[in-house]
Amino acid sequence: MTSGPWKMESQRSYFAKALNDLGKRNPDVVVVGADTTESIKTIDFGKAFPDRFFQLGIAEPNMISVAAGLAAAGKIAFASTYSIFGSAHTYNIIRQNVAYTNLNVKLFCSHAGLSVGPDGATHQNNEDLGLMRGLPRMTVLVPADGPQTAKCVDAAAEWKGPVYCRFSRTNVPTLTSMEDDFDIGKATVMRDGSDVTIVGCGLMLARCLQAAEALKKEGVEARVVNLSTVKPLDEATILKAARETGAIVTAEEHTVVHGIGAAVASVVVRERPVPMAYVGVQDTFGESGEADELLTKYGLTTEQIVEAVRDVRKRR
Amino acid sequence: MADISEETIVALKRQATALRRHIIRMTHNVQSGHPGGSMSACDIVTALYFQVLRVDPKNPTWLDRDRFVLSKGHACPVWYAALAERGFFPVEELLTFRKLNSRLQGHPEVGTTPGVENAAGAEGQGLSFSVGLALAARMDHKAWRVYCLMGDGEQDIGQTWEAAMAAAKYGLDNLTAVIDRNGIQQEGRTEDIMPLEPLAEKWEAFNWHVLTIDGHDFRQVLAAFEEAQRTKGRPTVIVARTVKGKGVSFMENKIKYHGAATTDEELHQALSELEVPL
Repeated sequence: MTSGPWKMESQRSYFAKALNDLGKRNPDVVVVGADTTESIKTIDFGKAFPDRFFQLGIAEPNMISVAAGLAAAGKIAFASTYSIFGSAHTYNIIRQNVAYTNLNVKLFCSHAGLSVGPDGATHQNNEDLGLMRGLPRMTVLVPADGPQTAKCVDAAAEWKGPVYCRFSRTNVPTLTSMEDDFDIGKATVMRDGSDVTIVGCGLMLARCLQAAEALKKEGVEARVVNLSTVKPLDEATILKAARETGAIVTAEEHTVVHGIGAAVASVVVRERPVPMAYVGVQDTFGESGEADELLTKYGLTTEQIVEAVRDVRKRR
Repeated sequence: MADISEETIVALKRQATALRRHIIRMTHNVQSGHPGGSMSACDIVTALYFQVLRVDPKNPTWLDRDRFVLSKGHACPVWYAALAERGFFPVEELLTFRKLNSRLQGHPEVGTTPGVENAAGAEGQGLSFSVGLALAARMDHKAWRVYCLMGDGEQDIGQTWEAAMAAAKYGLDNLTAVIDRNGIQQEGRTEDIMPLEPLAEKWEAFNWHVLTIDGHDFRQVLAAFEEAQRTKGRPTVIVARTVKGKGVSFMENKIKYHGAATTDEELHQALSELEVPL
């Protein structure tokens, strides 16, 4: 895998197209929305399949429970809005009506993380992965780019039970292709290496690859793992990395309090302790700014990943 | 309105008394649970399970069944009692309510209890869930109907009104909601905790077809369900005026019995007041 430059593309566009294609193939697929359907592009599904699309207004708790009712009657219900509303505002609705009830509700939320940008901290959900991975029966996906977002749609529709999938508002580098395999529960090694492992997800994955390229100049061969499924966690790939590379850095556009770093650490500490470092949002809220400015200010950069690698290797 | 025979009414009353005896025994046995709101809803649930709902106890997941959704999940003793008496599972199992390894959880769980359609306990989600069911039935051109029983305490919750707007938007005439208007919630009278009146007018303003009845008069209850079935283009809500703890003199209209079981002494008194007439 190269370190770029990559084509920048919209995950929402891939999402919308995949949802439409799925709707053509599967008449049981329905979509509910909450006054963000143009932004998230589920309106395209609504135009193609008006009888299977429900605009429910700024009422996300109702949207989630309606999706659950539809699923209880045999539908595959995609509920889609911004991450902050679709996961945080609705947490106990998801818990009781979706996860506890074990229904085919697929929560596809855009606008995750700091990269929401100028809307500021109220809209930047850096806590959704922790919330969702804490729920029994919930499957949690973070596609790295457009093609993976499309693949998540198909995989979620095939998967039995609740799924939460988060992606970005901002365009992200296209790192994978529609021809690549995608399986829920499988992490992908994007670049091999034996000196350290960098585990990333979402838009941080490109930065992980750039960090690996920079480290190569220092003579450090970094393995880069795309953790596109946060739950169920691919423990085998993580433990193999711990054994073979002896140090792990995680990188996520999410709080380090309970994100993928914490998930990876829980397995590593239990089975094969190695030095770890966590690149991500510290225990803080974001602010207004452009996506790249925010990622830089809050330390979600290639340079921070490189620094973290130097740090864990010293502690090995 | 179809004629309801006196025999039918008597049979329903006897059935409701049997359910109330179960509610008292179940909550006494485990010294927890919510008898008051179970007993206020008892005649409505009896009318549904023994007269209105098309369900098959031998095939609880029959695709064309009517769906009963209990939004006020804490009133599950009356649901479990009705399901057991209707033959979904053995009546003897009722005394496992709230015990370890029981199929009868403290609040309803889907998949464990035959006949239970929704998880509830966190209030205010049932009507939205019912909207989803009703949309699916309509989409598939199915005749089955959705019945959602809410508490009046749940009328405090924003999501109830989100659901009310959605049901009206989609003109869900296959959805009938019932509000168990017993006037008491956990900590006091609804009108003291958070005034709801004028409640019927609120639902009318939300474009629902509203019926106000005595929720303990079987003729009124059955007539309301029939009118709801006949009403086209709008969902119907039945505001059922009820008495919390109905059927046992010392429990009636008492805030305490929202979430308190009877003592041993009270148990005998309660059961003696709930003798099933021959």
